[in-house]
Amino acid sequence: MVDTIHLEISRYSPEKDAAPYFESFEVPFRKDWVILDALNYIKDKKDGSLTYRWSCRMGICGSCGMLVNGEPKLTCATFLADYAPAPVRVEPLRNFPVVRDLVIAMTDFMRKLQRMKPWLIRNEEKPLSEGEYLQTPEQLDVYKQYSMCINCMLCYAACPVYGLDPLFAGPAAIALAQRYNLDSRDEGAKDRFPVLSQHDAIWGCTFVGECTRVCPKHVDPAGAIQQYKLTAALDWFKSVLLPWGGK
Amino acid sequence: MKSASATPAYTLNHPRWYRKRVSTYWWLQRWEYLRFVLREVSSAFVAFFVVTTLAQLYALSRGPEAYAGFQQWLKNPFVIALNVVSFFFVVFHSITWFSLSARAMVVRIGGKRVPGALISSSNYAAWLVVSAVIAWFLLRG
Amino acid sequence: MEAKPSQLRLEPLLWILFSAGGVVAAFLIPMHLFLQRIAFPLGWAKAPDYATTTAFVAHPLVRLYLFVLCSVPLFHFAHRIRYTLYDGLQIKHLNEVIAVCCYGSAVFGTLVAGLLLWNIH
Repeated sequence: MVDTIHLEISRYSPEKDAAPYFESFEVPFRKDWVILDALNYIKDKKDGSLTYRWSCRMGICGSCGMLVNGEPKLTCATFLADYAPAPVRVEPLRNFPVVRDLVIAMTDFMRKLQRMKPWLIRNEEKPLSEGEYLQTPEQLDVYKQYSMCINCMLCYAACPVYGLDPLFAGPAAIALAQRYNLDSRDEGAKDRFPVLSQHDAIWGCTFVGECTRVCPKHVDPAGAIQQYKLTAALDWFKSVLLPWGGK
Repeated sequence: MKSASATPAYTLNHPRWYRKRVSTYWWLQRWEYLRFVLREVSSAFVAFFVVTTLAQLYALSRGPEAYAGFQQWLKNPFVIALNVVSFFFVVFHSITWFSLSARAMVVRIGGKRVPGALISSSNYAAWLVVSAVIAWFLLRG
Repeated sequence: MEAKPSQLRLEPLLWILFSAGGVVAAFLIPMHLFLQRIAFPLGWAKAPDYATTTAFVAHPLVRLYLFVLCSVPLFHFAHRIRYTLYDGLQIKHLNEVIAVCCYGSAVFGTLVAGLLLWNIH
């Protein structure tokens, strides 16, 4: 029975290094430990300068996304036992600039998310005196899956289109736009349409499907994007066949 | 090296952030990416079939000798090999297409979403029926 | 980040053509390919002779079927290969050239198909 496991961690110090390199660490192997536990052990006992993001350690905050053996994973939900005895390679998320060690810059994603207007848009706000918005379970079911996104950006690390085209809006941003488009309380679909129907948004997606495969919350961003392509195409059809018709 | 008194100015193009260049061979680096590119390349074999069908129709319009010449060309071992490869790619296209279309469509019956597996299996059933009809037309002579 | 409006009017149509082509190719081509390019040439089954084929293709519905079979899958190919060249080979600077070549060849193929099927006997 192995009692230690070998980890290869990507290190990068912007003041000292020109490019990231791998550093090896020997970490106690516990059956119930996740990669995050191993990283915390290294930071506590071996090298306090190791830099990485984490918070809830239970798969809901979306902070601890990294590449484990090249695969985007939440390190708080990835068990060492699944990789033992071979060495485990931990790297920062693909397709993002590396700030230091395992930390990436997520400003690009934040800007793109904001562009999608991820909030309920009403033509006229309902005053408080009129009470709450009512929504049936069926209406909730239409968008609920897309509301599960924790902004962990594993999908961006998996998406080759995002890697190749830095202007691409990306899976999570579009899925979150759909979350609001499909919400029965929302009236902003026409506001989001000009942002979504672009080469750097839905039309750039080639349905690789990797985003859906790696998503830890089963949001299915690929499905959301294709469904919106169909919506946009049907809208286009209607505008061509009924150019003077009702909007 | 910045001096202690200088305040760092954050810009989006921070020079110290490390940006890895995406290799031209990105699609060879992971099995999932290669599978994706093979799926896209299957469309080339679809186009090849259409082109040979147009050639067949052209030969048909030129008369029995031209048509027989086309049939003879089809028997060339290199052409047969190419068509066998095409067949695998075209079937790969069908299988991946059914799985893609199941995920791209949301079909709701009575407020509940129809599971993707049901959409896929309906597609396969329809595929079987359509193929049988085509075979019947082509085989009856 | 706004693209030229004219391109976006075209993109949904191109996607619809791509989808239609994908459906036609997925359902129809495998059996056609297997019989007409493998089974018949290898002699596993008897191919229809020239007279039967000509008579069959003369039927307007058959011509329509063949036109659909030979047109939309070309647009499916054009759309997919355009994006594969764009992403796979990272030759974005040739974007417009690639798009014109891809869809242009699909249009050309469709015209050839239309002409052939219109004029056949």
